Amino acid sequence: MVERTPFLNVFTHLILFIGFVFCIAPFVVVAIAASHNLRDVNDVPMSLLPGSDFWVNIKTAWTTADLGPKLLNSFIMAAGVAAGKVIISALTAFSIVYFRYPGRTFIFWLIFVTLMLPLEVRIVPTYAVVANVLSPYQAILDVTGLSWLIEKVSGVQVSLSLGLLNSYTGLIMPLIATATGTFLYRQFFLTVPDELTEAARMDGAGALRFFIDILLPLSRNNMAALGTIMFLWAWNQYLWPLLITTDQSHATAVTELKQLIPNVGGIPEWNIAMAGTLIVMLPPLIVVVLMQRWFVRGLIATEK
Amino acid sequence: MEKRVTFGKWTIGILFAVPQLLLIFTFFYWPAGQAVYWSLTLQQPWGGGNIWVGLDNFRSILSNADYWNSITASLVFAGLSTGLAMSIALVLAALTDRQLAGSRLYRVVLIWPYGIAAPALALAFRFILAPEAGFMAVVNRVWPGFWDPGLDGADAMASIIIAFSWKYVGYNFIFFLAAFQAIPRSLIEAAAMDGSGVIRRFWDIQFPLITPTIFFLLVINITESFQDSFGIVDIMTAGGPANATNLMVYKIYSDGFKGLDYSGAAAQSIILMLLIIVLTIFQFRFIERRVHYR
Repeated sequence: MVERTPFLNVFTHLILFIGFVFCIAPFVVVAIAASHNLRDVNDVPMSLLPGSDFWVNIKTAWTTADLGPKLLNSFIMAAGVAAGKVIISALTAFSIVYFRYPGRTFIFWLIFVTLMLPLEVRIVPTYAVVANVLSPYQAILDVTGLSWLIEKVSGVQVSLSLGLLNSYTGLIMPLIATATGTFLYRQFFLTVPDELTEAARMDGAGALRFFIDILLPLSRNNMAALGTIMFLWAWNQYLWPLLITTDQSHATAVTELKQLIPNVGGIPEWNIAMAGTLIVMLPPLIVVVLMQRWFVRGLIATEK
Repeated sequence: MEKRVTFGKWTIGILFAVPQLLLIFTFFYWPAGQAVYWSLTLQQPWGGGNIWVGLDNFRSILSNADYWNSITASLVFAGLSTGLAMSIALVLAALTDRQLAGSRLYRVVLIWPYGIAAPALALAFRFILAPEAGFMAVVNRVWPGFWDPGLDGADAMASIIIAFSWKYVGYNFIFFLAAFQAIPRSLIEAAAMDGSGVIRRFWDIQFPLITPTIFFLLVINITESFQDSFGIVDIMTAGGPANATNLMVYKIYSDGFKGLDYSGAAAQSIILMLLIIVLTIFQFRFIERRVHYR
């Protein structure tokens, strides 16, 4: 620093240390509570020395909430959303940046608006769409009179129906339907020098070729950042999987936490609950730690 | 900024955008439109057509005391948690920016909470703040009945605010720190040469320069407090006690899916959508004016 401020330095260290403790304490408390037996975890005050039942509790939580398949479901959903976002946003941004066509600005705004309204506030009708994903198209056919026409001509009654409840597609698709990644790519594509495009075109590369061989390799960093952020975001989703996974086979680890809330009456099994919490919070934490650099850079780039 | 060199065939260009357009039509525009339509009709829960009722759904919601209670709770939650998460993050980032020994470790750890799912941290805090076990039990032993989120609405509200703020302090911290570090060192050093102290420099130089970040985070925190709160509320309080933490998103969920009142839930969705849009615009118009853009 530019001057000597011993008093302020002590103060800085003190506040930062308090902040550090507050940030780390919940993790520590969860881990310690997960290692106690039922009696010790309900002790007042709870001992801050680790107990001996850590693996027993982990095992109980694992089997009670059936976490093996649930973690797999979470992983499939998170990876699907991340991959979907990375691919679809790249395609759209390419279209918006590298082509001139009528309605391009309109499409840009159409996509931009999706950032304003999160899934949570349109949750009820989105659920209805996923219950029958073809219902919008059926409605269009009905309103335009095409259903009537088809029925008259061919005698076939049009009734489109495809339910996506309790399916990975149903879990993933609605979460991809926002524009988060498109703008990240757009910003990046705009910084790619025109000379590169020109050179590629002179060498006879078409749009698709240029996109796959030149643009995508250049945007590796963006893909890593976006992929990380989307993976975390999807892994941590709660309301959506809670709604559409009515049977247990497609439930995710995060929604299963609800099963671990101790019942009222009896001695609450907080040690099991905390063991489950630890298991569910660990994967995203590992991703954050491993990808911290990308993550921070991407977080700042996407939203600012 | 526009590209000089583009690819000619516009039909191919549109094809690249088609997957996203299909997705947002099916899962964004159609449901959003449907919400508007449902809010104006009386929708039968299990099909059977709907009856046009105009603004009746809105009238009955707005004359319902529970709904106003839910709006108040949401605003209290948004205001207090945003204030708490942002002010703590600002102080921590400003101090970390002084780059004393050890600030690197600090920077690494502070981002962790942001990676944790809201329901997971909610369950952790439900334990930490439980009245009968954990740490608040100690306080309760000294002062019986002091803390019980299960019975006392204010305690329940405090619980969800603490959990939400804990997560967003880390998020805000990253952006604040990035903003502080973008300020040229020479500027600070020049001011120090002129004899201005640390606090003076903070208010006269650093604070004005990071106002765009403050503004941006304010918008993000408030809108997130309306959405990301769902998992925290569902795990920690389930809207109780006596609706004290029945935030707007939670009420939409419970009315729509537990009460099967689709029309009422749709009308509430519309109001929440408008609220989020209005808040965003309001913040732009009234706060942006005081923001010093570089």
